[in-house]
Amino acid sequence: MKTGIVVFPGTNRERDMAIALHGVTGRKPEMLWHRDTALPDLDLIVLPGGFSYGDYLRCGAMAAHSPIMREVKAFAERGGHILGVCNGFQILTEAGLLPGALLRNGGMRFLSQDCYLRVETSETPFTRHWKKGDVFRAPLAHGDGNYACDTETLAELEGEGRVAFRYASAGGVVDASDRASNLNGSVNAIAGVISANNRICGMMPHPEDLVDPLMGGVDGKPLFDGLVEALVR
Amino acid sequence: MTAAQKTVDAALAREFGLSDEEYGRVLTIMGRTPSLTELGVFSVMWSEHCSYKSSRKWLRTLPTTAPWVIHGPGENAGVVDIGEGLAAIFKMESHNHPSFIEPYQGAATGVGGILRDVFTMGARPVANLNALRFGSPENPRTRQIVDGVVRGIGGYGNCVGVPTVGGEVNFHPAYDGNPLVNAMTVGVARQDRIFLSAAAGVGNPVVYVGSKTGRDGIHGATMSSAEFDENALAKRPTVQVGDPFVEKLLIEACLELMATDAIVAIQDMGAAGLTSSSVEMAGKGGVGIDLDLDAVPQREPGMTAYEMMLSESQERMLMVLKPERTELARAVFEKWELDFAIVGHLTDTGRIVVRHRGAVEADIPLDPLADQAPIYDRPVAPLAAPEELGPIHDPIGLEQSLLRLIGCPDLSSRAWIWNQYDSAVGGQTVRRPGGADAAVIKIEDSEIGLALTTDCTPRYCRANPRSGGAQAVAEAWRNITATGAKPLAVTDNLNFGNPEKPEIMAQFVAAIEGMGEACRVLDFPVVSGNVSLYNETRNPDGSTQAILPTPAIGALGVLSDVRKTVGLALPKSGVLVLVGETGGHLGQSLWLREVLGRETGDAPVVDLEREKRNGDFVRERIAAGEVTACHDLSDGGLLVAVAEMVMAGGVGCVLQSAESGIRPEAFWFGEDQARYLVAIEGDADALIAQAKAQSVSARVIATIGGDGLTLPNGATISIARLRSANEAFFPGLMEA
Repeated sequence: MKTGIVVFPGTNRERDMAIALHGVTGRKPEMLWHRDTALPDLDLIVLPGGFSYGDYLRCGAMAAHSPIMREVKAFAERGGHILGVCNGFQILTEAGLLPGALLRNGGMRFLSQDCYLRVETSETPFTRHWKKGDVFRAPLAHGDGNYACDTETLAELEGEGRVAFRYASAGGVVDASDRASNLNGSVNAIAGVISANNRICGMMPHPEDLVDPLMGGVDGKPLFDGLVEALVR
Repeated sequence: MTAAQKTVDAALAREFGLSDEEYGRVLTIMGRTPSLTELGVFSVMWSEHCSYKSSRKWLRTLPTTAPWVIHGPGENAGVVDIGEGLAAIFKMESHNHPSFIEPYQGAATGVGGILRDVFTMGARPVANLNALRFGSPENPRTRQIVDGVVRGIGGYGNCVGVPTVGGEVNFHPAYDGNPLVNAMTVGVARQDRIFLSAAAGVGNPVVYVGSKTGRDGIHGATMSSAEFDENALAKRPTVQVGDPFVEKLLIEACLELMATDAIVAIQDMGAAGLTSSSVEMAGKGGVGIDLDLDAVPQREPGMTAYEMMLSESQERMLMVLKPERTELARAVFEKWELDFAIVGHLTDTGRIVVRHRGAVEADIPLDPLADQAPIYDRPVAPLAAPEELGPIHDPIGLEQSLLRLIGCPDLSSRAWIWNQYDSAVGGQTVRRPGGADAAVIKIEDSEIGLALTTDCTPRYCRANPRSGGAQAVAEAWRNITATGAKPLAVTDNLNFGNPEKPEIMAQFVAAIEGMGEACRVLDFPVVSGNVSLYNETRNPDGSTQAILPTPAIGALGVLSDVRKTVGLALPKSGVLVLVGETGGHLGQSLWLREVLGRETGDAPVVDLEREKRNGDFVRERIAAGEVTACHDLSDGGLLVAVAEMVMAGGVGCVLQSAESGIRPEAFWFGEDQARYLVAIEGDADALIAQAKAQSVSARVIATIGGDGLTLPNGATISIARLRSANEAFFPGLMEA
């Protein structure tokens, strides 16, 4: 599986993502600079976490208009697979590659702690190593992760099974009104969504930071194992 | 009247913080009345903040060498050998005064400044820590300061993508008008790629990179060298404004350039900005420097030479480059969209010459500026004896005492703070905050781990500065040891009141003596540090309130195999062994303060030989793989430490009765030093026999298991009850 990680000025989780991808693919991902105007041959593009362009206008807003995003959109149109985590998810929504938006956390503070995610579908390349209903732990670290969308979009996402992950209690109970599990106040406790063609996934928490027992567990590893299984040529 | 129109004389010099005697020295060196810009340069270079004029005599007494020390004090940060050709580069620095005036920006720029001290030496920053002291929780301004400081540290650290992995927090009314924000950064570099600040090569270009220069932070260093009065908050314009996004770009651009051979010398523009960086680089290299201020990237038009030389605008660096590599360097900084400007060159004159708009604005000989900087041997009063301990009785019993202690401001869960700091970015954080006595991070592409901690117990330092200074070092050493790491070196951040008062100097001198002795016995040299004096507030009635003496210690240890580290969470089974002697010392204990409402008695004795013996024993047992969890004993004593292990692991234990001949509250809450709790699988006979052979006291104190903490009297406190007592304080203070 050939992978590429997009680096914007202010991206800061590209190294974490590279470690996770290297661990499952055995090869180092290509680092793609935001000004690049051509892509190498890739099976997966990852938009990692961070504060692209300082997040000064609105999280992900400026990155969505950077030169490389034209190539990323073309890659998406060709049916390419894209994973956006945290700031990467924000960029995907700003670029129109995923629906909805990420608003300021409900509690108005930056949140950095472990959360629990319930897997809502195993029918995607990103979630195929889990069973529907599985619960896993993942660190989250963001100030703007409160997923929001209009009611039509919400009905579409829910109706088409395009919610990938929801915030849950450790025991797997989802309650959007419970701030102890749905930490940022996301609508329907949505933590991650999938595109209509099943090939683009955006999520706020960081599975790439939990792929080594030494760092506290391997809860995030199935996502990467699943991608390798689905995308290896 | 603006500064530019002012007449330079002794009165203006006093306004700039120079005494009449110091101004006289300036006149002698210059042989004429200095220009305004020259007076500005002297005043900041000779400020307490930059010159260490009250502290230098005593700082020289600290041990600074060991076979593993590569660079000690004198560089931007300390450098130690951590094996495999790698070096850890680290330092702690205060941003106390700005954080009181403007908590968010004060704390944020404190983090930015210490990051630059570390990456300027060629290290990628891998961890941030901090040591925070706030005023009384009852003071309404405390909540506002806590909020701003925590948001500021998080706002900066999270954005630059350096994990904030540890720290400490205390509350005390003595910090009401002077909160302390001490920030520490740790970086890692290859030993053959360490960059220093001594300029070399006459004719070499002097290059300015980073953000543009604005009018912010002018005279920040001078502001930090005086007491606060009732007008302190009017000093907001002296506080700098940080931009962590630019800092992130600056880190990447500098590290990219450092992979080439372009840089001769490099220094960040910290306190006193362009002045201190140019003066120090040229001075250390024994060369002269010509600066052309017209070339300095400026944020606003019409800035004077004085303003540019004194500005403390953030995210700027000064470099001396090899001339043939200038264009390569320019390309790197343009790639990262940062300003890059050749602002001068090195000369052989031994002078700093500053030109602006066709005029020479400053022309100062560098040697006298450095060599004739004032050094004071301030008068030292005899130390006051600690207050009598007074009568001891236990009005509430063990269970209520424990619940009160783990819920008090100094021992309550810090999760409310940690949960606003990104502690995982980088993917190398092995122990996040609360997981172990020290944070543990892995060095990417190696098996090396670093254990990192910050420590100080200011109430001990007030009662007995010498013991308190030694205790701060010993506790840091213990916290590193409890993870299994070998303690290597410390950085110190000495926060004290007004050094012109003999009783404050007495605290300072005694604390340094205690620290020095502990560092010597524990083989734990000081490799970098910072002094923050004048942490006093003048009340409207003329009286002053000084902070508690707070010599904060930041420490670093190394694990050659990071996988052997242990945390403090109790495992599912086994026994808990107490290592070290318990005498029941209640003087200055938290139990005394929280239960009897007194801060009396002497600080606990720090027996350094015993510290070393007990700590070396614990570290050897961890390395041998015999220990499944370890926690040192500090604030709150034995029972608090047990409760912390129970809460962290979510596993209970049954305590054995004390049988010590010591009063129960003294046995369970006394704060005797040199003690650890270690969890062992199976029975502890072998470990205890080993301890005896090494003259270390060890005894089984509890059996692990169950879902509560069972006290010697048979009463059980559920883990849920412990946690709810422990977790209430911060949300109650901040979210109510």
